[in-house]
Amino acid sequence: MNQTINKYSKQIIIVNSIFILFWLTISIFPFIWTLWGSFKVKADFFSRADWTYALSGFNTLIETGATTTFKAYLESWTEGEFGRATMNTMIVTVSVVSISLFLGTLGAYALSRSTFKYTFYILIIALIFRAMPHITLVSGYLFPFFQLNIWGILPTTIIVLVAINQPFTLWLLYSFFKTVPKELDESALIDGCSYFQAFRYIIMPVMWPGVVTAGLFSMMLAYNDFTVTALLLNQHNYTMVPKINAYLGTVEYGGNYMWAVSSVVSATAPLFMIIWFFQKQLISGLTAGAVKG
Amino acid sequence: MPHRTFIWFILPTALAMILFIGLPIVSSFFQSLHIENEQVLMEVENCDPFGCTTNVRVDVEATEKIEAENPLGRFNGFGTYIDRNHLAFDEIREAWDNKSSIGEFKDIVLNLPFYKALLFTLTFCFAVTPPVIVLGFIVALSVNTLAKSLKGLIVFGTILPMIVTPLIGSLVLFWMIDSQGIIGASIQILFDDPNLSLKASSNLTWITLIIYGIWHNTPFAFVVFYAALQTVPQDPLEAAYIDGATRFERVRFIVIPHLYPVATFIMLICLMDNFRVFEPIIGFSAEGVAQSLSWMIYQDLRNENKMLFGSAGATSMLTILGIAFLLTPVLIRTWKEFKTER
Repeated sequence: MNQTINKYSKQIIIVNSIFILFWLTISIFPFIWTLWGSFKVKADFFSRADWTYALSGFNTLIETGATTTFKAYLESWTEGEFGRATMNTMIVTVSVVSISLFLGTLGAYALSRSTFKYTFYILIIALIFRAMPHITLVSGYLFPFFQLNIWGILPTTIIVLVAINQPFTLWLLYSFFKTVPKELDESALIDGCSYFQAFRYIIMPVMWPGVVTAGLFSMMLAYNDFTVTALLLNQHNYTMVPKINAYLGTVEYGGNYMWAVSSVVSATAPLFMIIWFFQKQLISGLTAGAVKG
Repeated sequence: MPHRTFIWFILPTALAMILFIGLPIVSSFFQSLHIENEQVLMEVENCDPFGCTTNVRVDVEATEKIEAENPLGRFNGFGTYIDRNHLAFDEIREAWDNKSSIGEFKDIVLNLPFYKALLFTLTFCFAVTPPVIVLGFIVALSVNTLAKSLKGLIVFGTILPMIVTPLIGSLVLFWMIDSQGIIGASIQILFDDPNLSLKASSNLTWITLIIYGIWHNTPFAFVVFYAALQTVPQDPLEAAYIDGATRFERVRFIVIPHLYPVATFIMLICLMDNFRVFEPIIGFSAEGVAQSLSWMIYQDLRNENKMLFGSAGATSMLTILGIAFLLTPVLIRTWKEFKTER
């Protein structure tokens, strides 16, 4: 029966394949184009005369003696101090992921196991917090941070990103812990474990699938953030995304476009690789709240 | 779980949220009630052989002293909320009294910074969301028919626009659409108009931003629809097939009704996310013709001479009001879900 239902006519297969190809072109081509263009000089990638120069590398050949060049990469990583920005991003991302998972698992476990009514209100408040635009929070941070003299440094930004990330992590892990059978830790409690011991020895060994998903989302938030990092860090401590923005417009870097192009590639490549490995977790996290309802 | 244990478990995360989400909102509110200190002016008499002139100058010392005593500025009540850059009550009243036609009144109001930004923000929200839902659904249906071996790769390709941060995503598109990029230049050749460019008119810029919004948000709708498609019950589909329903009819009368709740979920999330549109405006360098509420706050905080905390705070509060309005249906939905679970 299923066989006949799911058998598609030739027309449908053809139309469908064309549509998928068309859609993939739209979603992937911009990235391939940027990757290709990052090995050219500006006169080719932003060519006034003829866009096919970007393919043939006409000006790149004249300026550097070959049709591909690593000039933009070399310059942005040395002169542009992109290496430093990469380092900062790594520090921020690793710290944010580990701290938010630590806080998030404890909180979400308690929320999923408590039967009192206040858990519901805590979750609702978390939902409201999650909807707050980050920029409105940043406008609240700046003044106190200036007064306390903690503006511009990485630790402040890390704590802020952890906090901003908590509502989503809590919700995600809460719905994950709900799927872990209560009997597991209840029997441990009966055997005389404390709640902390039950969490440490019974829950921790089985919670990794949920933790990986939550960690992935924390990582994406920290890695991709622009609003918080651009306004809370000083130029010296910039992470990758605000650094790329700085290449485009500020006086210091003189609007060096090709640096920005190559840095975009440097910044997105690791992200894409990670997502390639954790695609399943990403999708399960996105659909956690949606499909049940 | 006893209250005591619960508190120890929840304390770290609750503390983080209260300190860095709850308090900033309160702090934003307090800032919005204050306005920057006025500069102290003093008259200085300059005498030279040709006579004396008096100049008005800023008394730097006195200004700094006030600044040190009152770093937040002076109290202004709700004054910032109704000034020209926010709700602009006076300007609207004046425009209403002096209007010669409704169109003129509308033009004046929509040129006030706050209303201009609100108009763009809402247009963006409501222009992006419906196409995202439709396109996401079509892509999900079509990926769902593919052979299993292909799916993983194609799902990965499809979600790329969503993974990159909006700033990078918009830059990548901007570099192609720009008049010197591949698409921009091709369009110029196609229409034989060397001056045709994204920046040429505000309408074109808005359309570009909206297209970007659709490109960025469709993968999310796709992922959610795709997962929901796996839960469509097979029995009604088989029954409809036996009764002779065509493929289209089966989608229309069985699959789509099954996905309604999912579609509302996507719509609400999409509206909320797009209400804070901000980074694409920077990526597309569209500040000139398209401002959003979030962008206004960013601009106040980026002010070269002095950060306008009061103004940023007021805009933040108004933005939060807008979000609260959009959030209400989500909250009601969650509330109901919880009630049924218990």
